Amino acid sequence: MALVEVRDLHVRIGESHILQGIEFDVAEGGVTALLGRNGVGKTTTLRALMGLVDRAGLVRYDGADITHMPTYKIVRRGVGYVPEDRDVFAALTVDENLRLAERNAEPRYDLVYDLFPELRERGKQLAGTLSGGQQQMVAIARALLNDNRVLFVDEPTKGLSPLLVSEVARVLERVSELTTVLLVEQNLGVVARVARDAVVLDTGRVVHTGPAQELLADKPMVQRMMGVG
Amino acid sequence: MSTFVLLTITGLGLGAMYFLIASGLSLIYGLMGVLNFAHGAFLTIGAYAFWFTETKLDSLSIWPRFLLAAVVAIVVTTAFSALVELVMIRPLYGRHIEQVLVTVGLALAITALVTAIWGNDARVIAAPKWLGETTTVVGAHIPNDRWTEIGTAVLVLFGLEAFLKRTRYGLIIRAGVENRAMVTALGIDVRKAFTLVFAIGGLAVGIAAVLSSVYFSTVDPQHGTALVIFAFIVVVIGGLGSLRGTAMAAIVVGLVQQYANYYASSGLGDLSVVLLLGLVLLVRPRGLSGSFA
Repeated sequence: MALVEVRDLHVRIGESHILQGIEFDVAEGGVTALLGRNGVGKTTTLRALMGLVDRAGLVRYDGADITHMPTYKIVRRGVGYVPEDRDVFAALTVDENLRLAERNAEPRYDLVYDLFPELRERGKQLAGTLSGGQQQMVAIARALLNDNRVLFVDEPTKGLSPLLVSEVARVLERVSELTTVLLVEQNLGVVARVARDAVVLDTGRVVHTGPAQELLADKPMVQRMMGVG
Repeated sequence: MSTFVLLTITGLGLGAMYFLIASGLSLIYGLMGVLNFAHGAFLTIGAYAFWFTETKLDSLSIWPRFLLAAVVAIVVTTAFSALVELVMIRPLYGRHIEQVLVTVGLALAITALVTAIWGNDARVIAAPKWLGETTTVVGAHIPNDRWTEIGTAVLVLFGLEAFLKRTRYGLIIRAGVENRAMVTALGIDVRKAFTLVFAIGGLAVGIAAVLSSVYFSTVDPQHGTALVIFAFIVVVIGGLGSLRGTAMAAIVVGLVQQYANYYASSGLGDLSVVLLLGLVLLVRPRGLSGSFA
């Protein structure tokens, strides 16, 4: 059984019908990449799964219907979220950002500091004064602090230097050994490195699902679906 | 010199009251985006709870009567604020027009209710004699209630700052002021923080209700509405959501009001504050603090 099942999911924002009945599954373990051109609804999909936008249809997580559940209850069931643009709390220190994310009695600081040793040194620094890469570390660390069963990760390499992109890919590889990841990512190099399955969206609809490597090997299809080759 | 000192301490006392009223308004707006127009009515409720309790405890000597009535007033405003959030504001988050209509309506209803029950006449507050006595500083005879107001506001400021910095709920509130959606995406039921912030606002306004009743010696149905206008100005000048900014702005507004009333012309104090508001909005549209809490 899939860990996350999405059926006939619709999202309307104002006059726009952003998601038009998308359907896909996220299997337990490994990384499922959610791909597509800019503006096709990838971020909205993650936000809909998190309950951050009004949605209609069915979202099932671990067999339970979470479609009408408030965000905080979805998260408490073991869902972690790394938003696009990081959304760290700029006026809080790194330590405070992490402390705020603690849900379990034993938060996994060992794992977090093992992956991001820099965060230990910068604990007292205001998150708003960190570089983009460091803020991304905080955003990912917040999601890893708890023993989540699935992480929704939205464009973690956006705006990062090639060196940091490679670092994020390394972290995603390590994370995927511990938990299931649904990853929105534009960098196909990162997708090739970490993803097992792929779901491709186009104008609010799912147009392809299947193994990621098969998709990426088919250059004409990648060009057609994502506008890159 | 003594006149200047008297004006300064009186201005600081007035600023202290503005801070106590405005701190709740500022936190409520900063975290929830709710402009609570009923906040002044909460002050009126607190002032009447204080006066009413005092009249019912007249067998006690003045200090226990005063302190018990103060506690009752603070408990009433705290509980009432939390109740208003739970019953009237919670169903309307994200619906700003409806929130404005509900809070304005509530303010009008409370004022009308108080008038219907106790009439329009001002009710005299009984305060311990010490509060009306003076302490001489650099030749100026300062009423002790001014020192009480300033001291209480400083305690509330430090208490709130300690709460915001050192407790988990404080952390949630500071984070929520920045990005409410992300707080919920960390698995936190931010609505509990909303109720708590309303209760904190109610507690501060309850303290302000007691002190303002002593300051003016009377309470009347317009007690809160008159004061809350300046509190709103303080919040805007200080920067929405910033506690320190609110404290700074409250001091500035209290002093400007006093100095203008004495050195320019009596009655010019209020106008000066409005001009100050206009100036700050032109020069620093996000207020003196320039940032959120």
